[in-house]
Amino acid sequence: MRNTFLKKIDWLVLPLAGVLCVIALWSISSGTWAKELPSPLKTWQSSKPYIVEPFAKRGEMDQGILRFTWYSLILVAKGYALALLLGTPIGFFLGLSKTFSKTFDPIIQVLRPVSPLAWLPLGLVLFLGAGKQASELGALFTIAICSMWPTVLNTAVGVRSIPQDYLNVAKVLKLSRSKTLFKVLIPATLPYMFTGFRLSLGIAWLVIVAAEMLTGRPGVGGFLWQEYNALIYEHIILCILTIGLVGFVLDRLMSLVERRFKTV
Amino acid sequence: MAYLEIKNVSKSFGANGACSEVLKDVNLTVEKGEFVAVVGYSGAGKTTLMNLISGLLRPDTGTLKLNDLDITGPGPDRGVVFQNYSLLPWLTVFENIFLAVDQCFPNWAAAKKNDHVERHIAMVNLTPARTKRPAELSGGMRQRVSVARALAMDPQILLLDEPLSALDALTRATLQDELSRIWQENQKTVVMITNDPDEGIYLADRIVPLTAGPGATLGPSFTVDIPRPRDRKAINHDPRFKELRRRLIGFLIESRGGHHTAITKRLVLPDIEPEDLSRPRPLGGARKPIRRSEIKEEEVEV
Repeated sequence: MRNTFLKKIDWLVLPLAGVLCVIALWSISSGTWAKELPSPLKTWQSSKPYIVEPFAKRGEMDQGILRFTWYSLILVAKGYALALLLGTPIGFFLGLSKTFSKTFDPIIQVLRPVSPLAWLPLGLVLFLGAGKQASELGALFTIAICSMWPTVLNTAVGVRSIPQDYLNVAKVLKLSRSKTLFKVLIPATLPYMFTGFRLSLGIAWLVIVAAEMLTGRPGVGGFLWQEYNALIYEHIILCILTIGLVGFVLDRLMSLVERRFKTV
Repeated sequence: MAYLEIKNVSKSFGANGACSEVLKDVNLTVEKGEFVAVVGYSGAGKTTLMNLISGLLRPDTGTLKLNDLDITGPGPDRGVVFQNYSLLPWLTVFENIFLAVDQCFPNWAAAKKNDHVERHIAMVNLTPARTKRPAELSGGMRQRVSVARALAMDPQILLLDEPLSALDALTRATLQDELSRIWQENQKTVVMITNDPDEGIYLADRIVPLTAGPGATLGPSFTVDIPRPRDRKAINHDPRFKELRRRLIGFLIESRGGHHTAITKRLVLPDIEPEDLSRPRPLGGARKPIRRSEIKEEEVEV
């Protein structure tokens, strides 16, 4: 009896136990070898104003944590949208045309592993002329170029693996190019595209922190870097936890959408 | 005047040099309104022949003509029912058929298109499933949708590529009856490909055997002179059915025989002969068995 009861609630108990383990390790570390690391209790006390009043705005770099998150999310949304708008058509061309694929696949493979930290300075240089907007445009450029690759590659794979049967139907019905695209190619590729979209979103969220840290824009990443410079280490931990939770929620949301398209 | 005319068509696959000839010198004429079944072994090139007629493949040599026009590519004037249904899984039954109707009759009013689609769904008895997606349907139902889609295009000729081969025997029989009924209602020209001689005889006016590959070609036609409507139960006892079936299968087996290499088996038998126990053994305890041949020799000597 007891065993079955434990099994029923282990979805809650086991993760909690895992969290407690990490908090214990953190406590011990802050008490022993890492004296500068704030203890969990101290972190909570110091972070409390940012959590209880999550949307407060006390100054440019002193705002509630959810308000910072909101700024970051908006910037990510813009960069991510740009990545999808660019990545999906490129993926389709790669999948449809052998010549296009042969021409651009090598350069894509070279650009793909480049870190956001390397792209960002280039982004800032590119938009130097934009004045005040330079940091935002640079950040957008970095997010878009770093996060579009999974979309590009998954879309290309999806297009290449469309069953010949569907293409035969399109041929026998003599569907026009645009009708073939919208009625056959895109629906058949959607499950692959959404896998790409989900991976892209994960990367976009990774990049935002780096972009904000380097440009000093208000947001979770910018706040993290500022508090590091201000020696308020408790807030670094607050930011890390926030970034992690938001990333987790985004991934879950995307995988819900993805599953909807997979079952079709 | 032949409606569908296939003349000296050959088709090979593979790179130059190492290519294999699948079809060789295929000739076939089909009259308007005729139901022709091409029966052959699996892998003989039946689907290749179908793809040539539908225009998905081009022949290496020879010509294909439909209604006196060269077949140069796929088109909606030839309704194809593919072996694996080929329905678009993200569209419902209605939408799958509507896509075809919308494509073939772009000038019709929306109401007329809808009506046309509904009529064809009803024809294959799928009205209750009209909003379902292919994944929710059984194999037999999917194939019915595929047949309805092909017919809704109002094609000049209906091409059935082993339409029932993926179905279980009972569903198959039901769908054969349905195909037979639909054909009698529509009187379309039909070319059906099948690997089941009985199915061919039950449905078709004329059966053309495809010899075993490689380099398959069409054999002489067998006209099915069993009057319609044909009764599934009675037909099995019809002497014409039995005779046709015997000749057709005989031809197909013979066509395959020519491609077999003859194997002569050499039997090596053990060199043992029985002893004749009735003969008295020689005294002195000679252990050597006495063989019949030796015995004979002995007798000769005596």
